[in-house]
Amino acid sequence: MDKKNNIHVRRLEENIFKSLMVFSTGAIVLALALILWTVIRKGLPHLSLGMLTQAPKSGYYLGKDGGILNAILGSLYLTGGAALLAILVSLPVVLYLNVYLKKGSPLAYIARFSFDILWGIPSIVYGAFGFTIMLLFGVKSSLLGGMIAVTFLIFPIMSRSMDEVVRMVPGELMDASYALGATKLETAFKVVVRQALPGISTAVLISFGRGIGDAASLIFTAGFTDSLPTSLLAPAATLPLAIFFQFGTPMPEVQGRAYASALTLTLIILVISVAARLLTRKFTKHVV
Amino acid sequence: MMRGLAVASTLIVVLIALALFMRSKPILALKPLTTLLFSTAWHPSRGEFGFLAFIAGTLWVTLVASFIAIPVCILASIYLSEYADKRLREWIGPFIDILAGIPSVVYGMWGVLVIVPLVKNIIAPLFGGYSAGYSVLAGGLVLAVMISPVIIHISVEVLRTVPSDLKQASLALGATKWETIKFVVMKRAMPGMIAASVLGLSRAFGETIAVMMVVGNVARIPRTVFDPAYPLPALIANNYGEMLSIPLYDSGLLFAALLLLLVVIYFNVVSKMILSGSKWSLYYNG
Amino acid sequence: MLLKPNVSVHNLNVFYGKDHVLHDVSVEIPNKKITVIIGPSGCGKTTLLKSFNRLIDSVDGVKVTGEVLVDGENIYDPKAEVTHIRKKMGLLSQRPYPLPMSIYDNVAYGPRLCGEKNKKKLDRIVEHFLHTASLWDEVKDKLNSPAARLSVGQQQRLCLARGLAVGPEIILGDEPTSALDPKSSKHIEERFMELKQYYTIILVTHILRQAKRLADYVLFLYMGRLIEHGPAKEIFENPKEKMTKEYIQGIIS
Repeated sequence: MDKKNNIHVRRLEENIFKSLMVFSTGAIVLALALILWTVIRKGLPHLSLGMLTQAPKSGYYLGKDGGILNAILGSLYLTGGAALLAILVSLPVVLYLNVYLKKGSPLAYIARFSFDILWGIPSIVYGAFGFTIMLLFGVKSSLLGGMIAVTFLIFPIMSRSMDEVVRMVPGELMDASYALGATKLETAFKVVVRQALPGISTAVLISFGRGIGDAASLIFTAGFTDSLPTSLLAPAATLPLAIFFQFGTPMPEVQGRAYASALTLTLIILVISVAARLLTRKFTKHVV
Repeated sequence: MMRGLAVASTLIVVLIALALFMRSKPILALKPLTTLLFSTAWHPSRGEFGFLAFIAGTLWVTLVASFIAIPVCILASIYLSEYADKRLREWIGPFIDILAGIPSVVYGMWGVLVIVPLVKNIIAPLFGGYSAGYSVLAGGLVLAVMISPVIIHISVEVLRTVPSDLKQASLALGATKWETIKFVVMKRAMPGMIAASVLGLSRAFGETIAVMMVVGNVARIPRTVFDPAYPLPALIANNYGEMLSIPLYDSGLLFAALLLLLVVIYFNVVSKMILSGSKWSLYYNG
Repeated sequence: MLLKPNVSVHNLNVFYGKDHVLHDVSVEIPNKKITVIIGPSGCGKTTLLKSFNRLIDSVDGVKVTGEVLVDGENIYDPKAEVTHIRKKMGLLSQRPYPLPMSIYDNVAYGPRLCGEKNKKKLDRIVEHFLHTASLWDEVKDKLNSPAARLSVGQQQRLCLARGLAVGPEIILGDEPTSALDPKSSKHIEERFMELKQYYTIILVTHILRQAKRLADYVLFLYMGRLIEHGPAKEIFENPKEKMTKEYIQGIIS
């Protein structure tokens, strides 16, 4: 066999695949950058202070004055409430899994497994589920309804992300706390939570970012309104749905506002996501 | 108390399935399952509920998206983990992860502004077809971009678990880097790659808003990728307004949600089982 | 006739990012002998060994200056074909890393890469080198089962057979017995003693007694510098450098 020839063919194969890889990576990065670029280019000219500080006025959807403050506030309230509810459930559950249960406990395994599955459930299904709960309790489309659906949507994300960091808390630290006579409960909330706080905050931020961008779970549950949110039981506007509805109208003016709204929402999410990342980086710096 | 909460949260999956099942019971009581799943007759006001066109729409869009995304993402993740130098990797990885957070309604908007015209004016004529742009292909392309970050993220994690000593063993035998990847790395990472793809697929399966905005929403079985389709999630999302005014309609839509739920659970369980991979574990210790 | 050495190193410097891991190493490795690299952990033994077949290439931010000549060819020449260089050397790492495939395919891996497709020839190669590594009798009935099923000691011998099957001139061993039980270690050491009549063997070890048992020639590295090198007898019985002496007496480690 001709060695020189053989290595030629092998190198050629490698180079072909390498080019394919570079091309694939480039295509994905380019597509994602293109989305960002489209949103900025379309949205920036329509973005104004008035858009961010006013509720829609009459004739807004025909191109008249007003803004999307209703949706911004609605989204913040709704997602904020949902995040709070989710923390109230996630934190005790995660602490229980990691502090009270032994390593390899079947309950912990099943819980993590089920959270992973919940994570994969599409948001439209959470919307439909939230809707059935609302029917059961006689709640109409409202801020509260949306909050419930989004709570279910972000609960698994929050729990799993918290779980990842709480798991990292060294066992020696907990032992040291027990040795000082602390109970499990005290250890969990005073030692473990404090140690994992940056990671827990990151988990909350990630969940918030995911919740605030979701539309499909809200279609059934939150409704939509032009007025600012005032009551838990009244329908509430949200940014994703505001984008969806404004984008769907034929008026170029209103579509422009859809772009501006999309830019607003994207910026909120990017800021949250970058903040979460920085927090993690700072956190790991402290640990190492 | 904490234990109760932990157990209860574990049961949410069951609770959701049960709730949706209870709400789909009326329609399941009246129609045979085969009619629901395999009939295309869709006239809710006449009491005809055949989901086949919607099921087909979902499958088409999901398959097209996977077909585009999986090979591209696997190649990209190999590049990122094996070839790209550290600095490039440290930029592209987070960039992709952060953009994964872009809300689906924004993906949908981008789809309408960029992908739909692309399909209508360039891709369809290129293949000698006609398309209004709002089509299976548009939905598939948008979805492919949406699920890429998920697949890449998991694949890169999986590739990172392949020990560098194992790669060096192959290199030391005179293999090129690509041969090492092809024969050794991919073999080790295959289960994880499959799991990543299945997770991406299941994400595509349930995606609602973005797909709904670009796919055309015509309740007919698509024949080519240039035809419009009407996937299940879009059906549910589009008809929430009327569903309480037509008998059985709400039950029908929640049955659709139940279908989605079951398929997604199935996908997730499968990928989870692959990842914990008893079948491959023999090759794992190295 | 005096043979030109297979491996000779001139002014080799290796940097990992800002870390200067090897300082100006120059040495000629004698042919068909066992050369042992000793020194405390973290002194650059493994780096020196892996610089011989350019496995350090895959470290992020690595920079190499100076030259390593293998059969007179500078392997750090940009035009050098790295797969060709690596084929001249078989590597045994600290822990055996069987490739994720069958026992047979592990040994046939190298020859197949070079384009050997003839089944009969491959069969012969596999059997021959499994014999050389004295593994044949233990595995001849299960050649198609996954290599990972073998015991660690068997795996290391498989790695030896696999490395020999590419037809190297040199065998590199990076503490190849450190993960093995005493019996398997002895097995491997015996193979080295047999193989040194055909191959140039370079071993890294931190076990002094093993070095004394095996070495014909010794390199002593400390903090990335080659402190002393010479025939084993000289180094162990009459080292010139104070540091070498202290290391051998166990004063520094």
